[in-house]
Amino acid sequence: MPAIRTEALTKDYSTGFWRPRPSRALENLTLEIAPGEIFGFLGPNGAGKTTTLKLLMQLIFPTSGRAEILGRPVGDVGVKRRLGYLPENPYFYDNLTAEELLVYYARVFGHHGSEAARRAGELLDLVGIGGERALQLRKFSKGMLQRIGLAQALLNDPDVVFLDEPMSGLDPLGRRDVRELILRLRERGCTVFFSSHILSDAESLCSRVAILSAGRLIATGTVSELLAFGVGGWELVMTNLAAATVARLGLRIARATEIAEGHYALELPIDAAPDGLLRELTAAGAALVSLNPIRPTLEDVFIKKVGGARERATFHHGAHRDHREKT
Amino acid sequence: MRVVREIALHVFKESVRDRVPYTLVFFAVLLMATSYLLGQLTAGQEVKIIKDLGLAATSLIGLFIAIFIGIGLVSKEVERRSIYNLLSKPVSRRQVVLGKYLGLVLTLLVNISVMVAALYGVLAYFWFVSDPSVKAGWETPALDPALMVASGLIFVELALITALALVFSTFSSPLLSAALTFGLFIVGHFNADLKRFDQIVASRPVAYLARALYYLLPNLTLFDVKAEVVHGYHVPATAVVSAVGYAAAYIAVLVATSVFIFERRDFK
Ligand SMILES: Nc1ncnc2c1ncn2[C@@H]1O[C@H](COP(=O)(O)OP(=O)(O)O)[C@@H](O)[C@H]1O
Ligand SMILES: [Mg+2]
Repeated sequence: MPAIRTEALTKDYSTGFWRPRPSRALENLTLEIAPGEIFGFLGPNGAGKTTTLKLLMQLIFPTSGRAEILGRPVGDVGVKRRLGYLPENPYFYDNLTAEELLVYYARVFGHHGSEAARRAGELLDLVGIGGERALQLRKFSKGMLQRIGLAQALLNDPDVVFLDEPMSGLDPLGRRDVRELILRLRERGCTVFFSSHILSDAESLCSRVAILSAGRLIATGTVSELLAFGVGGWELVMTNLAAATVARLGLRIARATEIAEGHYALELPIDAAPDGLLRELTAAGAALVSLNPIRPTLEDVFIKKVGGARERATFHHGAHRDHREKT
Repeated sequence: MRVVREIALHVFKESVRDRVPYTLVFFAVLLMATSYLLGQLTAGQEVKIIKDLGLAATSLIGLFIAIFIGIGLVSKEVERRSIYNLLSKPVSRRQVVLGKYLGLVLTLLVNISVMVAALYGVLAYFWFVSDPSVKAGWETPALDPALMVASGLIFVELALITALALVFSTFSSPLLSAALTFGLFIVGHFNADLKRFDQIVASRPVAYLARALYYLLPNLTLFDVKAEVVHGYHVPATAVVSAVGYAAAYIAVLVATSVFIFERRDFK
């Protein structure tokens, strides 16, 4: 049984007060996520990531299609016992302290008195704000609220966790903490579904990713599968190289960048064997600094795929679609 | 129902952290200051005036709590999106609505109790310092138990107003909810006039409409026994029982309507 399953999930928002028109935020999303997977849900701003997560938490209802979590339809109160959810830009109650908030949620989960307090304390320590437990939430910075959001999502040792942009608002240390937290969840066998527009997060964490653009799924697979699409090549850095020599290389190199006087970074296409060129250039008096393969990053794939999808969308549906994509 | 209780207690806690205690302090200070002034005047009417003022203030501050705190706490939860976190817990939408409503009613109950206790306190002071000759001129005893009936019905009326506020805040903005609730409060107090509308207007459709509105809109005059109590008229038990029964039925319909709307809406 998959941990999360969606079937042709579609959502239209109606926009415009006087003459409401439906605007499609998500179209025919079909996904299946196995238990224990760390699933990265990627896409530019406005792609429909938050919409998907809200559909999975039944904060909004689908226009058509359906979704299941742990084999039960979304919104099932019994299944919610085993879920955690961090909304995008989480917000809580201004007048409560961090500890009071978590105690409240722990009690909603059915923990009693001292047990609820103990659980709340543990989680505040886990997300690194144990020192601020008695501070009112109105005094919390965005990053601290994000940490509280994580704490409340993990309060019940969930089996499936949904995180909407978990790294947003965090400093580099905070991002590292979140990465470690997700890895620890993976060790525990927890399924993690997280959305992000920051690709490096996904690259180091995810077993599988999906790329969404303008409400449509445009790619899905393991990170290495997606990277196999990318363009490879070589980067050859040489010093003591004359400008004239570089100019003579012409189309044999994809690009030449002068780093310093006589110091060049040359990009070679994947099919050009670098050793021949290296020998030639050394013979011309240049010296090798480094030679590295160019690996495509998820970002390259992303830009290529999203860019391609946008062009096709514009081609098929005309430019009027573009107003939806706030970037 | 553990979850409902937790949500209700949370509402109460939030209202305490909000501005509710200040309104109570304001009420107490107002009452004390007025009674001090009246003590200076010694007109023999002071107990009546204090009761009048005390009950009117209880009702007004209660209305303030019901409308502003009630709407505030519900629509803030939706507008600021803390509802996302709450609904991701093992909580149904129905439980959220019930918890919110019961929490608001609890808030009202506690606040009204404090105000009534303050009122009795001031009256006890007057009873203590007044001459027997002055006491003889009072229409009703200073510590009249009938005040409990009047304030009890104020509480029931405000529980109904809170349910109205709840319905509105499940689908409209806080400002509009407040305006609609306040509007219905006013209309509810003049509702009885709609019943007599057919005697004033000739047009039959208008008369029917007035009659329909009379049955549809809340009849809040049922709960207003302030004048009777202050002047020492007897309030029949049947009137109290039927007012409470009417409120219970009305509240049940309103809460069910709130649940119906809340269970279907998108939290965008
Ligand atoms: N409440 C709403 N009403 C109307 N349109 C919305 C609403 N929320 C989101 N949208 C639109 O739906 C699309 C997807 O938004 P969202 O799911 O928030 O994207 P993401 O989280 O990937 O940035 C966007 O075009 C956005 O403008
Ligand atoms: Mg988003």
